[in-house]
Amino acid sequence: MSFIDNISSFQNIIYIFSSILFISGIKMLGKEETAVRGNFLSALAMLIAVSVTLINIFNPLLIIMGISIGAVVGSLIALKVKMTSIPEMVALFNGFGGLATFFIAWSEFNSSIDNSFQYILIMLTVYIGGVTFSGSIVAYGKLSERLKIAKTSIITKLFTTIFYISLVYLLYTAALTEIFIPTFDFFTLLLVLALLGGVGFVLPIGGGDMPVVISLLNSFSGIAAAFAGLLLLNNVLIVAGSLVGASGLILTIIMAKAMNRSIGNILFVGYAASSPSSKSEETGEVKPINVSDAYLILENANSVLVIPGYGMAVAQAQHVVRELGELLESNGTEVKYGIHPVAGRMPGHMNVLLAEANVPYDVLVEPEDVNPMMDTVDVAVVIGANDVVNPSATEEPGSPIYGMPIIEAHNARTVFVLKRSMSSGFAGVQNPLFFKENTRMLFGDAKDSIGGLVSEFKE
Amino acid sequence: METYILLGFVLILSIYLGLELISKVPSTLHTPLMSGANAISGIALVGALSLGSDTQLQEILAFLAVTFASINVFGGYLVTNRMLRMFKKK
Repeated sequence: MSFIDNISSFQNIIYIFSSILFISGIKMLGKEETAVRGNFLSALAMLIAVSVTLINIFNPLLIIMGISIGAVVGSLIALKVKMTSIPEMVALFNGFGGLATFFIAWSEFNSSIDNSFQYILIMLTVYIGGVTFSGSIVAYGKLSERLKIAKTSIITKLFTTIFYISLVYLLYTAALTEIFIPTFDFFTLLLVLALLGGVGFVLPIGGGDMPVVISLLNSFSGIAAAFAGLLLLNNVLIVAGSLVGASGLILTIIMAKAMNRSIGNILFVGYAASSPSSKSEETGEVKPINVSDAYLILENANSVLVIPGYGMAVAQAQHVVRELGELLESNGTEVKYGIHPVAGRMPGHMNVLLAEANVPYDVLVEPEDVNPMMDTVDVAVVIGANDVVNPSATEEPGSPIYGMPIIEAHNARTVFVLKRSMSSGFAGVQNPLFFKENTRMLFGDAKDSIGGLVSEFKE
Repeated sequence: METYILLGFVLILSIYLGLELISKVPSTLHTPLMSGANAISGIALVGALSLGSDTQLQEILAFLAVTFASINVFGGYLVTNRMLRMFKKK
């Protein structure tokens, strides 16, 4: 058997070169100074790998058409999309990658299968690719708020059941060999079940757990590509796919750690199943504050920590927040932003929003850096964040979120909480921070409230 | 079978390499890393290009795979680049 049948040695050598570029590219993506170049390097690697593959293709016309359509559609989406809709865009592109591997494995099923290993690979790749596609589409629907189906609804339960059935069916098909091939069209059923199963996989997972799911789907699309590489005996597919699989896995673990929950708990249990804590029904008085009083306190503050959450994204308040930050700085106040890893709907969501509003990344601090110096912070301004500043996580062993690393805003001298109403956060847990002695509630739309503060400063 | 073992070895090593390379990524870069990695998973395009087209079904599947992988590649890289350009130091 020659080393690789369908790809010439020349192509293989170029693929190795391209793999090296991918590896360097993804390494550089992990550092702020080199990230832009890293992305460029990985795009170059892609260009080289694709170009060398184009040397011997079967149907040039069809392929050029496909690439052109993809280029136009992909570029249009990428350049038109608003920065606030990045989470759903990433989910969508991710789904398309999964769909491509789904088609690849499907096509390979219809060519000659030499051995049972290849056969099992096809089943796995079809399944992971299909789940990645439909799962990502559901994630897209949830993130763009086009899809609103409650976790408890019958539809969710139905699809979740299909997901479990599809897993069992995958095992069944993978165990089939040439000796036993059933009379019905088992492969078509696998295609359908993989697609429906992906829906059932993501549907029951709530908004606040989205960062984990997106990272995991990201990892899946890489693994699917790597498996497709094994199937086609293509080394660059294996290397690049594995890198993506690994990076998605790391993000998944970081996100799960930031919630102090296991990945299994996030995917299959969710907060709803954890016992509703009756202990944290605190009945203290909340102390509201109005914009002009808040302004007076902020004007005299030496250091201010802004803690944004998903509410800031919803209110589109990032630009006024940056404006307020600049006004505070010109007033001699030190301004920092405390970013919790799972604030928002995807990994690093707050960082992207603030970057879009021109907030430099070196004033963004992570919880473990900001917590030790929290008592030197005069005012912590919590904008639409809830669970990530909930002191129950450190003070109340019975709470469902106990043990989750938080930003300890309650240790600041004064805390402003910008909020629409007294509703609880994603975890459904009451937040004792709102009732603390040093907390003032600034009710209303975050954008309006911050805008009010900005105009007070300008007067 | 030996080819599979060899390539399986490449797979395992690449995953380890990936885990090592990315384990200490700052949270600022979580989104760009995800989106950049997502663009790399468009490498499925290379696989799609090398599909056979003996039957009409295979032809259609190859065309669809190429199209969707291309959307992933172009969209992924452009959106990552757009995002990274926004990150500025003070």
